[in-house]
Amino acid sequence: MAEADEASKPLFAGLSDVSISEDIPVEGEITVPVGSPSHDDEYSTLDEPVKETILRDLKAVGKKFGHVMYPKKSTTLLRDWDLWGPLLLCVTLALMLQGGSADSKEDGGPQFAEVFVIIWFGSVIITLNSKLLGGTISFFQSLCVLGYCILPLTVAMIVCRLVLLGGTGTASFIVRFIVVVASFGWSTFASTAFLADSQPPNRKALVVYPVFLFYFVISWMILTFSPSHSDGATDTGP
Amino acid sequence: MWGSRISQGNTFVDLVDTDWKKIAMATPEDLQFQEFEEAAQLLSANPEAVTRSARDLSSAKRERERESVRVNVNLSEEEGEEEEAELLSGQKKQPNFWSFDYYQSFFNIDTLQVLDRIKGSLLPLPGKNFVKHHLRNNPDLYGPFWICATLVFTVAISGNLSTFLLKMGDPQYHYRPQFHKVSVAGVSVFCYAWLVPLALWGFLQWRSSSNPSVTSYSFLETVCVYGYSLFIYIPTSILWIIPFDWLRWLLILLAMALSGSVLVLTFWPVIRDDTKPASIATVTAILLLHALLAIGCKMYFFQTATQTMMPVPSLAPPTGNPNITLNQS
Repeated sequence: MAEADEASKPLFAGLSDVSISEDIPVEGEITVPVGSPSHDDEYSTLDEPVKETILRDLKAVGKKFGHVMYPKKSTTLLRDWDLWGPLLLCVTLALMLQGGSADSKEDGGPQFAEVFVIIWFGSVIITLNSKLLGGTISFFQSLCVLGYCILPLTVAMIVCRLVLLGGTGTASFIVRFIVVVASFGWSTFASTAFLADSQPPNRKALVVYPVFLFYFVISWMILTFSPSHSDGATDTGP
Repeated sequence: MWGSRISQGNTFVDLVDTDWKKIAMATPEDLQFQEFEEAAQLLSANPEAVTRSARDLSSAKRERERESVRVNVNLSEEEGEEEEAELLSGQKKQPNFWSFDYYQSFFNIDTLQVLDRIKGSLLPLPGKNFVKHHLRNNPDLYGPFWICATLVFTVAISGNLSTFLLKMGDPQYHYRPQFHKVSVAGVSVFCYAWLVPLALWGFLQWRSSSNPSVTSYSFLETVCVYGYSLFIYIPTSILWIIPFDWLRWLLILLAMALSGSVLVLTFWPVIRDDTKPASIATVTAILLLHALLAIGCKMYFFQTATQTMMPVPSLAPPTGNPNITLNQS
């Protein structure tokens, strides 16, 4: 109202003694500065080359791997969740646990399906558990965090397989044991760093314990992986 | 804007006064109920969102105030009476079976409460009924589920370790993870912990319908008692790694005594008013099934030295029948 008065002063200078009733609308024009005239303001990902799409997703996954290896209390992992990383890690781990000893089908290590089911089903159950206990984290964010924190254990699996190439004696067992315990501690610590803040304070231990059990079972599967022996008579064919 | 409204007279001011009174009367109870629903609805509608609880609560509060302002003033007293009646009767609306909130009511438990219940299952005292003393109308599903899961893995892993320790000296022995035992352990423990309470609860319901002095616990309380009573098997199975048979039998008797007595102390007051044969039979059945689980686990997962001495069909066939060679390969 004050600006309109000032603008209209030179025009209505001589009419100051005329009473203006309340219902005269203030006329004017409000213009918004027009930006670039392009109508496609959204970033459309449909026309970009495939390599760019894949690289962008890979970079996102790689960035999250970095967050897991150096766990700080940042919300990046939670905000932009994706399940590519967990899938990649789960498949890699399950494949590497595959070449185990199997001289009798029953006594061997976990099959691919068992590892897959344990990881995904276990993550779903832990997520449900934390949500039922009153956590504020969403379902997929929790799956994302639990899946990504398997990364140290996958690295430990690779190291174990390399160590096993050198032999299966006590020394290799001790090395594998240390590596697996270290990566188990790392995984649990990383996932609780991300998950702990979203829980009510008097139930934190109730939520952390299943995570601990989950990574313990995976560590056990990695530690007890024993490669097939040549004299184990795996050849059952005629 | 305010100036013109006030100039129209005092009616608006009167309305403001009355509505604020209603808001002051109704807001606490309405707010509590509404916030819970609002947050749950928001969560279910948008699972990707991280709930910012402060903002949601304040927006729910603002919405509620707006709604209550629009409510007709005449109904205010009736509504107030209804709410008071509801609160006095102590009933709250049961959430729908298919909604998330229904299951959330079973996890309404803190760390200290869980630890307290575990302690109660380890140390049965004659006067203290587990259900009455520890559960106190708040049965939870957290304890039974995670105790069973832990027990499954503990038994499987300990069994594997004990087999390894037993056969360590054998040069022909190659370590096997024996992962299939996890599935066997899982099925047996979960079946015991969920089907036996179901059967017991059904039986008690049937008896209580024919005999009014026999009361019954709810299904959840039964599951809860059974779940927490299994806790003692976790340290027992870890101690079973020690390869002395007499120690294993001692441990099993101790564990069965403790957890069996927890079960008996819980169910005896309920069933003792029934006919003599029925009550004795029920208690015997409870103890028998409990023993069966423990002994079955021990026999299947933890083999003793005598069992491994049994002649295993060796890969180098004994001199004689060539047919045996063909069958073994």
